[in-house]
Amino acid sequence: MKKLLLAAAAVAALNVSSTSLRAAEHEAHPPKEDWSFNGVLGEFDREQVQRGFQVYKEICSACHSLNYVAFRNLETLGYSEAQIKTLAATYDIDDGPNDQGEMFKRKGKASDRFPHPFPNEQAARLANNGALPPDLSLMTKAREGGPDYVYHLMLGYEDAPAGFHLLEGLSYNKYFPGNQIGMPKQISDGVVTFADGSPNDAAHIAKDVTAFLHWAAEPKLEARHSTGLRVTLYALLFAVLAFFYKRRLWKNIPH
Amino acid sequence: MNTEKSTIRKIYEWHEARLPIVSWLDHSLGTKYPVPRNLNYWWNFGSLAMFMLAVMIFSGIFLAMNYTPHVTMAFDSVERIMRDVNYGWLIRYMHANGASFFFIVVYIHILRGMYYGSYKAPREVLWWIGLLIYLAMMATGFLGYVLPWGQMSFWGATVITNLFSAIPLVGDSIVTLLWGGFSVDNPTLNRFFSLHYLLPFVIVGLVFLHIWALHVPGANNPLGIDAAPADKIPFFPYYVAKDVFGLAVFVVIYFAVVFWAPNLLGDPVNYVKANPLVTPAHIVPEWYYLPFYTILKAIPNKLLGVIAMFGSILIMFALPWLDTSRVRSASFRPVFRVFFWIFVANALMLGWCGAQLPEGLPVILGRIGAFWYFFHLVILLPMLGWLETPKPLPTSISQSVLKAAE
Ligand code: HEC
Ligand code: HEM
Repeated sequence: MKKLLLAAAAVAALNVSSTSLRAAEHEAHPPKEDWSFNGVLGEFDREQVQRGFQVYKEICSACHSLNYVAFRNLETLGYSEAQIKTLAATYDIDDGPNDQGEMFKRKGKASDRFPHPFPNEQAARLANNGALPPDLSLMTKAREGGPDYVYHLMLGYEDAPAGFHLLEGLSYNKYFPGNQIGMPKQISDGVVTFADGSPNDAAHIAKDVTAFLHWAAEPKLEARHSTGLRVTLYALLFAVLAFFYKRRLWKNIPH
Repeated sequence: MNTEKSTIRKIYEWHEARLPIVSWLDHSLGTKYPVPRNLNYWWNFGSLAMFMLAVMIFSGIFLAMNYTPHVTMAFDSVERIMRDVNYGWLIRYMHANGASFFFIVVYIHILRGMYYGSYKAPREVLWWIGLLIYLAMMATGFLGYVLPWGQMSFWGATVITNLFSAIPLVGDSIVTLLWGGFSVDNPTLNRFFSLHYLLPFVIVGLVFLHIWALHVPGANNPLGIDAAPADKIPFFPYYVAKDVFGLAVFVVIYFAVVFWAPNLLGDPVNYVKANPLVTPAHIVPEWYYLPFYTILKAIPNKLLGVIAMFGSILIMFALPWLDTSRVRSASFRPVFRVFFWIFVANALMLGWCGAQLPEGLPVILGRIGAFWYFFHLVILLPMLGWLETPKPLPTSISQSVLKAAE
C-alpha cells in the first residue's frame, strides 16, 4: 500500500511539473497571495468582489470586454434585481435589425453581457498602440500563476533596467512575458474611491479587481467547494466502511 | 415449509432458459469466476480502468448534449456549460480530469503487467488487446482535447496531425484527409467530434475481448506461477469487496482534484480561444503523451522521429518475445527488478523532458532517455532472460501463502 501511494505521488508530481515547470525564464515569478477563495471551503468575499467590480467598471472596462459575464450574473454578488436593471441601462447595446431593416442601439437589459468597449479588433488596436486588450472573463485561468499573476502584473510596472531596449509605446513590467507590455500602468494609489471607505492604495485596488476577475472566471467556485466537501466526505466514509467489510470478509482466507 | 417455487423464481428460470444472462455474469465476474487468492492491490487497477471508462462515457454524453462542434461556437458552448448548464461545471471538470485519471490508472495497470510478467504465455493476446485499448485511448484523448477549441486545442491538433506529413509519398494526402481541407478548421473539428464520440465505444468492445481473453488462462498473480484450483477463490464476493474498497479510495483522490484543483493538470493557454494567427510560446501535448513526445523530438529527422514515436508503443506488442525469461514475476528476478524500476524512472524523466523548452539539458536527457527506452526493451530484456539466475519458485500459491502466514 505504501508503494502504491508513493507511485501515485510520483505520477502526480510529474503532472504538476508538466505545467508549472514551463513558466518562462526571464520574468519574475509572481509570489503566492492569500485569497478568500483558496482553501477547502474558500469563498468569494462579497464586499471585496463588489469593490473589484467598481474598479473594473471605472478603469478596465474602457479597454477590456467581459464577454462571458451577463449583468444578471451580478445577482450572486449581492446586487438586487433593480440595481442590476439600472446598471445595465447605463450601457448602450447594439441590436437589430428592426422592421425597417436597420441596426439600432438600445439600453442594456439584465440578460445582456458586458459589451465590448470597441466596435472591432482594429479599432481596439488603433486605440492601444497596436496591442489588443484581451477579454478578461477567463483571465485568471488563462495565465500561468492565475490570480497571483494578474494581481502582481497590475503592480509590476517599474522603470526598465539600464540597457533594456523598450519599444516605443510599451511599458516595462516585471511579470509580463518578455517584460514589455502594451497596457500602460492602470492602478496607482487613490485611482478609485470606495464608498465603504475601504483602503484604496494600489495594492488593495489590484487585489479587489483580481478577486472580481476570479469570480468572473470561476463563478461556480463556491458551489464546487461545498458540493466537493460533501461528496468527498461521503466517499471517504464509504471507503472506511468498505475497508472494514473487506477485512472481515477476508479474515479466514489466507492470501 | 413451502416447497413450491416462487413466481419470481419461475420467471427468472423461464428467462434464464432463453437468455442465460445472469449465469453469464456469474461466470464473468461472479461466484463462478475463480481468481488466485494472492492478488495484491496492484490488481485493483483493471476494475478502476473500467470505472473510469464508464465515467468518461457518462459525462461525455451529457457534455455532448450541450456542446456545439463549430469553430465559432465551440469555445463559447463550453463556457456556457461551465456557467449556465445545471452542474455543467461538474460534468466538464469530471470529464477533463477523468481523462488524466484514466491514463494514470492504465499506466499503473500496464506497469503492473510488466512487473509481474502478465504479458507472457499464455496471456499474449490479452496483452495485445490491452495495447489496442491503450492506443484507442490515446487517439480518443487527443481528439477530445481539440474539442474545446482553445489555443492548445488548435495548435496541438496542428502539430500532431502535421506529423503524418512525414510519411513519404502519401503523407500530405493523409494530412489533408485528417483536416478535411488545407488547414485545421471547421471540418477538422467536426470529424474529430464524430470520432471522439465513436472511439470510446470501440474501447468498450475491446474491453469485452480483453476480459474474454483474461478468462481463458485466468488472472496472473504476484508469484507469477500457475494457480491450481485450490489456490483460487471466487471473484464474488472476495474481489468485488476488494475492488469496491479500492474504488472508494481512488474516488476520493479523483474528487480532490475535480473539486479543488480542476485546472491543475490542464494548460492555462487552453482558456484562450483558438486563434490561427497567434502561435502560443510553447506548444505541449497533454501530460500523458509527454514521454512519447520526447522520443519524437529526440531524433532530429522528422520521419525517423515519427517512426521512433510510434515504434516505442508498437514494440510493446513484441514484449512477450523480447523478454526471454520463463519466470513471470519480478519478485523472483533480482536483476530484472532493478532494471524495471530504472525503466519506470526513465519513462518519468522522458515525460519531464517533454514539458521543457527544446534546448539545453532536456534535449540531452531526452536523447539518453529515448535510447535507454529502446535499449531496455530490445537489448537488455532478451539478455537478462539468458544471463539472470532467478530465485527458486514456490511449488504452489498455497504453499507460499501458508508459509508467509506462519
Ligand atoms: C487603456 C486601455 C487599457 C485599460 C484601461 C486596461 N487595460 Fe489591460 N490591457 C490593455 C492592453 C492593450 C493589453 C494587451 C497588452 C499586451 O498584449 O501587450 C492589456 C492586457 C491586460 C491583461 C493581460 C496580460 C497578459 O498576460 O497577457 C490583463 C490581465 C489586464 N490587461 C488587466 C487589466 C485590468 C485588471 C485593468 C483595470 C484595472 C486593465 N487591464 C485596464 C489595455 C488596457
Ligand atoms: C480501458 C482500459 C482497460 C480496462 C478497462 C482493462 C480492464 C482489465 C481488467 C478488469 C482486468 C482484470 C483485473 C486486473 O487484472 O486488474 C485486466 C487485466 C489485464 N489487462 Fe487490462 N484493461 C485496460 C487496459 C489495458 C492495457 C492498456 C493493457 C496493457 C497493454 C492491459 C493489460 C492487461 C493484462 C496483461 C491483464 C491480465 C493481468 C493479470 O491477470 O495479471 N490492460 N484488464
